Amino acid sequence: MHILENYILLEVIVSVRQSLLAILDQGPCYGYQLKSEFDRRTGSTWPLNVGQVYNTLERLERDGFVERTDADADDQKNYRITAAGHAEVATWLGSPVVRTAAARDELAIKLAVAVTLPGVDIINVIQVQRGATLRSLQELTRTKNATDDPETAEQLSWLLVVDSLIFQAEAEVRWLDHSETRLARAAASGVASAVPLNYEVPKRGRPAGTTRVAQAR
Amino acid sequence: MSDVLLQLDGVSQQYGRGETAVTALSGVDLTVHVGELVAIMGASGSGKSTLLTIAGGLTSPTSGEVIVEGKWLSTMSAKDVAILRRRSLGFVFQDFNLIPALTAVENVALPLELDGWKHRRARSAAMDALGTVELTDRASHFPDDLSGGQQQRVAIARAVVGTRRIILADEPTGALDSTTGELVLRMLRRRVDAGAGGILVTHDARHAAWADRIVFLRDGRIVDESSSRGVEALLTSTVRE
Repeated sequence: MHILENYILLEVIVSVRQSLLAILDQGPCYGYQLKSEFDRRTGSTWPLNVGQVYNTLERLERDGFVERTDADADDQKNYRITAAGHAEVATWLGSPVVRTAAARDELAIKLAVAVTLPGVDIINVIQVQRGATLRSLQELTRTKNATDDPETAEQLSWLLVVDSLIFQAEAEVRWLDHSETRLARAAASGVASAVPLNYEVPKRGRPAGTTRVAQAR
Repeated sequence: MSDVLLQLDGVSQQYGRGETAVTALSGVDLTVHVGELVAIMGASGSGKSTLLTIAGGLTSPTSGEVIVEGKWLSTMSAKDVAILRRRSLGFVFQDFNLIPALTAVENVALPLELDGWKHRRARSAAMDALGTVELTDRASHFPDDLSGGQQQRVAIARAVVGTRRIILADEPTGALDSTTGELVLRMLRRRVDAGAGGILVTHDARHAAWADRIVFLRDGRIVDESSSRGVEALLTSTVRE
């Protein structure tokens, strides 16, 4: 099993569509070829299946970013990028990836709910999580240590992915440390943490007086 | 021969007496084996640096034992502890602590010469140590002519020169940029894998991840979170009425 596969289970948002288009910008490809190109450029961290690739290609074709060329001798469907597609790639590379603040974060939801439940040892929830995250961090670091200096472009792009996962894990550990301190302070100042069920909340609709915050997708 | 390089057994450290006494460390047990790097994490003031100075024989604990390569420090004279420190232990600090008037190879050879080694033999061992951190070509440079990362690699070479096998590193990457820090940790890791052992004190999880084991200091106590209670234990304190 690939060492990074654990991370694929996390909510990973990858610009697959844009990446495939950017690869096609180098020259025409058929579906399986495109899948292999994407996989090797990302260290097979987010492996695609061919069906997903063809679905994406159909949508790109519908949007006018790619077009089909004549099938080759093996009857492979070949795709090439259009002028609009080329412009789309340039726009993608030139604009930042916006991480939506409201994107669901499993761990933040878990802690937010856990802290309101009576009898839950929230500090232990944090410690269990930190232990697991640190072990992942060690695993990723060992993986990185095994590749001393990247020798190929593929290794280099793979190391970029590993580094990104390492920095994300580090940020999570820092946030957990911070949460732990915050909870200790709250406990010391006697902030009641458990939130009992409120039977007066209307069963349907939004409670009066609340406003809609940015909705998680 | 045992593969234990360093052992702390019930180590406690208190400052002051009576009501104003401050407990810095409380019953700390810690073992470092050959080929093992142990990271110690913890907030400022959690006792990380105190623990390192005790492990290195620079401070005697209020109670408990420090055993370095099988030798009990509490049974030794101050002079013998100093000799043991020179022969067995090497410190790596955040600010490198190299002597500016000595070249890289002279800095590395210094603990050996203090220990009575002949100049030529000490220099040869120092060159070997510099080789392991890939700095042979900088041997005759003075610290001021070396980058921060190179100075820290010299400090690592000094920490493992001759018979020294125990590296005690206190935030060794604190003064370095992220890529250089990573290179220093890679070198540290390589030295440990080649038969040394050590403690890495850091507050940075990304650096601690280079270690085999990560333990936390909380209120002077060691908490090993890699053996944390499982999820099923989370609700044990719930009392259903």
